[in-house]
Amino acid sequence: MDDLMTVVDWSRWQFALTAIYHWLFVPLTLGLSLIVAVMESIYFKTKSEKWLAATKFWMTLFGINFAIGIATGIILEFEFGTNWSNYSWFVGDIFGAPLAIEGLVAFFIEATFVAVMFFGWGKVSERFHLVSTWMTWFGASVSALWILVANAWMQYPVGMEFDPDQMRNVMNNFWELFSGVAVNKYLHTLFSGWALAGVFVIGVSAWFMYKRRNIPFAERSIKAGGWIGLIGLLLTMWTGDGSAVEVTKRQPMKLAAMEGLYHGHESAGIVAAGIVNPNKTWNNAEDEYLFDITVPYGLSILAKHDLHAYVPGIADIIQGYTLDENGDTINTVSYAERIRQGKLAHEALRAYDLAKTNRDESAMMAAKEELQKYYQYFGYGYFDTVEEAIPPVGLTFTSFRIMVFLGTYFLLYYVVALFCVYSRRDWLQKKTWLQWIAMISVPFMWVCSEAGWAVAEVGRQPWTVQDLLPTKAAISEIQPGSVILTFWLFALIFTVLLVAEVSIMARQIHKRSLTDLEIDYAH
Amino acid sequence: MALEYFQNYWWCLISVLGGILVFLLFVQGGQSMLLGAGSKIRKELIVNSMGRKWELTFTTLVVFGGAFFASFPLFYSTSFGGAYWLWILILFSFIVQAVSYEYRGKAGNIYGTKTYDTFLFINGCVGCILLGVAVSMFFFGAHFEVVRGNLLDSHSPVISKWNDSHGFEAIFNWKNLVLGVAVLFLARMQASLYMMNNIDSDEEFFNSLKNKALINGGIFVIFFLWFLTMLCTTTGYDATTNADLTVTATEEPYKYFHNFTHLWWTGMTLVIGVVLVLFGLIKSVFSQHFTKGIWFTGVGTFLAVVALFWAAGYGNTAFYPSLTSPASSLTIRNASSSEFTLKAMSYVSIVIPFVLGYIAYVWWSMDRKKITPEEMETTAHKY
Repeated sequence: MDDLMTVVDWSRWQFALTAIYHWLFVPLTLGLSLIVAVMESIYFKTKSEKWLAATKFWMTLFGINFAIGIATGIILEFEFGTNWSNYSWFVGDIFGAPLAIEGLVAFFIEATFVAVMFFGWGKVSERFHLVSTWMTWFGASVSALWILVANAWMQYPVGMEFDPDQMRNVMNNFWELFSGVAVNKYLHTLFSGWALAGVFVIGVSAWFMYKRRNIPFAERSIKAGGWIGLIGLLLTMWTGDGSAVEVTKRQPMKLAAMEGLYHGHESAGIVAAGIVNPNKTWNNAEDEYLFDITVPYGLSILAKHDLHAYVPGIADIIQGYTLDENGDTINTVSYAERIRQGKLAHEALRAYDLAKTNRDESAMMAAKEELQKYYQYFGYGYFDTVEEAIPPVGLTFTSFRIMVFLGTYFLLYYVVALFCVYSRRDWLQKKTWLQWIAMISVPFMWVCSEAGWAVAEVGRQPWTVQDLLPTKAAISEIQPGSVILTFWLFALIFTVLLVAEVSIMARQIHKRSLTDLEIDYAH
Repeated sequence: MALEYFQNYWWCLISVLGGILVFLLFVQGGQSMLLGAGSKIRKELIVNSMGRKWELTFTTLVVFGGAFFASFPLFYSTSFGGAYWLWILILFSFIVQAVSYEYRGKAGNIYGTKTYDTFLFINGCVGCILLGVAVSMFFFGAHFEVVRGNLLDSHSPVISKWNDSHGFEAIFNWKNLVLGVAVLFLARMQASLYMMNNIDSDEEFFNSLKNKALINGGIFVIFFLWFLTMLCTTTGYDATTNADLTVTATEEPYKYFHNFTHLWWTGMTLVIGVVLVLFGLIKSVFSQHFTKGIWFTGVGTFLAVVALFWAAGYGNTAFYPSLTSPASSLTIRNASSSEFTLKAMSYVSIVIPFVLGYIAYVWWSMDRKKITPEEMETTAHKY
């Protein structure tokens, strides 16, 4: 492997590592801040010390989680520069704006009001404290909006044009950044945070049930967390459906990889469970799956909300033909042709640059026209073979199934938890196996959430910006040894801090299950 | 012309963010005093005084980076990807800071309070020095080259190429270190003055803070004057950005001195800033019980830093001089985002006064009651 690909691969690993760690903490911040705000609102209205205790307890856990979320977040922003410097130039004109707005509009809200939330008790009025808690939630949610708008833009680049003089893309329509892809992605992510936090709250409350301490507090928490989590999960599913439709339209290769589908069908079934055949390639005759359980029509419904819709497979997309819902052939640009056109776009840009140096305006015009004709496949010009443009199918397929399976499981989890807390309180209090299931399930919610990101990010490979900039052209020029070293340093420090975070949380939870919360958190 | 207007406007905003960031580095300054803080209660007072503001410094750093990315992406691309190790070390120091306040006093933190206090100390020292080093490169330059055409080389497509040291050479450049050390002692002086204002403790503690302000302030003044002398006597680039975004850079002796004098408002802002810092320091040290020194030195620091950024970016100056290839130097003309993006973000920047307003209000609300040893002993809400 040459140095360039070593740096690309390790930089991808480093970014993935940072993103995975960051995403361990952010969804809990998004959801728990809402749950805490709702609890404090109830306290503000009722002046009940019980709700004050609940607010303060969950706020403590929120604070422990919040700090490490910030620690991992800063790296992500700066890694665009340190490890993906070409990317920063090529699309910085578009991508940078939401990032800056995120900082200006959202981060300061979070940073300012979170201090009041933690230290403002007794220093500011209760009303101002409540406003601060809601502002912290608002700031977190708005910051997610901007970074996800930026992420969605990478998957569906719109609102820009290429400027050959500067050899980069420039924005020409800000509002186009809020595409259907962006809206669905943001809401899907935000609501998944609510769903995750709800499971966390129920799981921790189950521990109190198990220890037979602070039972009323635990029941109150299960109600608040359960409803917010359930609503969050249902909305996550709804927006997930919207995301699937967008992926079908904008990133058909990702959808095909999610399904391990090589040859398209009308009335396509969805694989409910299965293992993709690792020996399968887009142009050999191997079976797609080692085994599969398929639900008829499922994929057509998921992709196009139509029982009989045609869904293209990887081989179809590479060969350049798919059929629309009427059975007509569309999208006739094969990947081989895209590579050819991408290389023509590169040639045209080179010619433009040369003509500019020679101050030959007519040659510049001609080259620019040629460039515009082929620019939509500019990124393919970096490839030599069509295989380079296929995402890792096995990982995308498996991650998608893990996300859907666990998501469905947690729907049942919420229904059971809420049913018990309202109608079978004795079950929750006495049935140890139920308490253990509630607790053991908690980490799987994180697995579900991370799997969702794996689908989104692995499924779009090899692109940093869809069709325009592959990862291997987005990189910084650094020595392979430097990236490998920083990868391991990040892995070490994040793991060390994660262990501390989990330990502190566990100790806090354990400590509070030995005492009376309402006395601990008395006004 | 419109583009130039927005480029100037965004360079000004970057300068303002830089000024606010350096002022807020008093948090790091306070952390750098932790290891010699003395008694447990004094350490708690310092940690809690600084700890209630750390998120603001952290956020300002993040916003500073984000705003630079959005408004001058070629700088982001060149500096971060090039001076890799410099930025990575800065980031590491801030990662360990972010958790340390929250975790240091919590049961079950595994590594013990001392470890987290050491993290805070490291961030305090390393963060300040290396940020100073990073800013110093705006004047004394670095070895890099920008060739946009590299984008079409599929085997080596990176447009900004740095020397093989990737930032270590900047860290060990004594000129950069002079500013780095100046920033560290400025932050320590500011921390002392902030705590004189924010902590209501015994007279002995107050006087020890006063001493710290004097000693750190004195060292800061020496290093800052050293830096300023170097800056005013160094040769910079008079950089004209051509229509095709190439730079015609010619060496100009005393470039930054010329900027301070020709762009008179730059020099005037610097002088006002320096005077305010000196006034705040002297008045705090020599008055019996003056606690408002931080506001004078704070405003002074802000103005001085803003003036330095202005001198770096305005007046046909290369704000990131390339020592390898002067034509590759970055100016606010060739490194900026497009007019459309700068304009769109300018609309958003209207929120800045509002943001500053609520920060000021919350700051005032939280700091109305001083931190006291009694509070540390009774409250559950502390670090």
